[in-house]
Amino acid sequence: METAAIIELDNLCKTYGGHRAVDHLSLSIQKGEIFGLLGPNGAGKTTTILMMLGLTEPTSGVVRVCGIDPVRNPIEVKRKVGYLPDDVGFYPHMTGMENLLYTAALNGIPRAEAEKRAWELLEKVKLTDAAHKKTGTYSRGMRQRLGLADVLMKRPDVIILDEPTLGIDPEGVRELLRLIRDLSRHEGITVLLSSHQLHHVQQICDRVGLFVGGRLLAEGNIERLAQQLFLQDAYVIHVVASPLDDRLLVKIEAIPGVNKVERTETGLDVYCQTDVSAAISQTIIEAGSSLFHLSRRDFGLDEIYHRYFEGRDGREGE
Amino acid sequence: MKASNEGRWANDVVSYVKRWSERLKAGVLDGKKQTRGANSAFSAIVKKELADYLTSWRMIILIALILLTCFGSLYTAMTTIRDALDSSDEAKEIAKGAYLFLKLFTVSDGTLPSFLTFVSFLGPLLGIALGFDAINSERNRGTLSRLMAQPIPRDYVINGKFAAALLLNAVLFFSLGLLVTALGILILGIPPTFEEFARIICFLLLCLVYIAFWLNLGILFSVIFRQAATSALSSMAVWLFFNLFYSMIVEVFAKPFLQSDAITSVEQAVGRQELVLGLMRLSPSYLFNESTTALLSPDVRTLGIVTVEQTAGAVAAPLPFSQSLLLIWPQATALIAATLICFAIAYWLFMRQEIRARG
Repeated sequence: METAAIIELDNLCKTYGGHRAVDHLSLSIQKGEIFGLLGPNGAGKTTTILMMLGLTEPTSGVVRVCGIDPVRNPIEVKRKVGYLPDDVGFYPHMTGMENLLYTAALNGIPRAEAEKRAWELLEKVKLTDAAHKKTGTYSRGMRQRLGLADVLMKRPDVIILDEPTLGIDPEGVRELLRLIRDLSRHEGITVLLSSHQLHHVQQICDRVGLFVGGRLLAEGNIERLAQQLFLQDAYVIHVVASPLDDRLLVKIEAIPGVNKVERTETGLDVYCQTDVSAAISQTIIEAGSSLFHLSRRDFGLDEIYHRYFEGRDGREGE
Repeated sequence: MKASNEGRWANDVVSYVKRWSERLKAGVLDGKKQTRGANSAFSAIVKKELADYLTSWRMIILIALILLTCFGSLYTAMTTIRDALDSSDEAKEIAKGAYLFLKLFTVSDGTLPSFLTFVSFLGPLLGIALGFDAINSERNRGTLSRLMAQPIPRDYVINGKFAAALLLNAVLFFSLGLLVTALGILILGIPPTFEEFARIICFLLLCLVYIAFWLNLGILFSVIFRQAATSALSSMAVWLFFNLFYSMIVEVFAKPFLQSDAITSVEQAVGRQELVLGLMRLSPSYLFNESTTALLSPDVRTLGIVTVEQTAGAVAAPLPFSQSLLLIWPQATALIAATLICFAIAYWLFMRQEIRARG
């Protein structure tokens, strides 16, 4: 039972009027993993999250979170799941500490224990200096970090973060993502985060689901996603060598697995199905040229994303 | 017959209380921790809301305004009464029988309106001010979705806000009423009779129900409208309509209707008069005025239409408390019903609304 999924969605649908926001979504997330729900705005990410928390009823389909049906028993689910909404708000006239203590009181945590826990968490998110400042004066990054502390007050098994990195500066994002990863690795908390910012998801997620128009188009880790989405051109290898004449180009193109070679300003981009870096370097050296730089360019999610849609448009056009 | 009815009623109450205590006991045994957790969550909400109200400038200003006007009107009432009392010793004796104490709340010397007028004017304002941004401010601050992600039933939020506002009102008005009573005793030197005291308590309860109506209207608009300003203005519009314009509109309509040549019999005239009165009574402020007048002025013997024949044999004496209470029973029931209906609609809408961050 160890591999049992902690979040399980089965054929989940949600219709608003005539618009289908979530369309037959099936997904399972294992305990302890960081899952990224990736999709453009309006893809149905927030609706899916609301259904997991029992804040919205699914039109059809089944949701199970920690083995509990949130439609039937939302309160039990909310006891175990922490939810950080997109653009989280706090009571501006209360201090950060007071906001956390209020959350604790709503969760039925005794006052003394709550205070101890709040300090620990404020330390963890580096907000101890601002603990007694009113949250109205907090910056967005601070609010988001306080939000994370707020979510952790109830010691959740699962945390769901809706667009956690939206509108924070790069340093703040790095800090937040580091925190999320630490939580997952050290405390075994399952994390589900939704985002349309692909770089952020890519940095920390074990698995990613690509979610567009209410449907899950692909899921898996980044590499699997790449393979799933482009059967060809899974890798791009960037080569800088000198001299680079056409003869060498032909030789590289002849390497098995290479699909295409493109000349760029600085060198060559080799598109290939498998990682053929070794064969390329060998070819260049054997040809008598000097190799200065050879690197595999991983597909970022945005590239996956972008190219997938390019490809899909083409496919749909056929 | 009456006695048996009362007996049955008492039995009902006893069995009801018994049933509840049993249910409570069962609940405690069932999930002691769970209920305690839920109760503490609810009291946490009420506590927080109460603290918010007490520290907000809006409330401090309104409460100061109410205190100021009430004590102002009280002062004028007291000087008027004292002047009358000082004029002769006989006046004092007469005063004891004439419910002088209640006059504190209703009399004015013309410079300032009476306590009753002030309360019926400022009470709704207070109710609206407490309620108009209850839900939409949470929504706009983005705290509602965070609140909803906590393990509390959804209705705790709206119930908690209502309970906190009502508690604040209760404390404010009861302390105000009792302070007025105390000052009256000190300055006038006449203690209120038990009946007068009971009338004052009932009057305060009625005030509470009336304010709760406007509070619930405010909460209802705060659920419907996303903008706090829209909800405040709509609540004020409803309040102005019922307080000022509704009676005007009814009068405009009533004038030709009551003086029409088509009326041929007394029954018809009385029927039309009653219809107009019925229309008037659709307004909660009219209901409140009627019932508080009957409570605080025992001389008011009826709230309906009385023909000369009916008054012919009547003795011009004040009504006893129980009869006054009986007189306003329908009005009080209607007010409570209106309050509950407002709350029920707000509750229903809130429970069905989708919770989205800042949506």
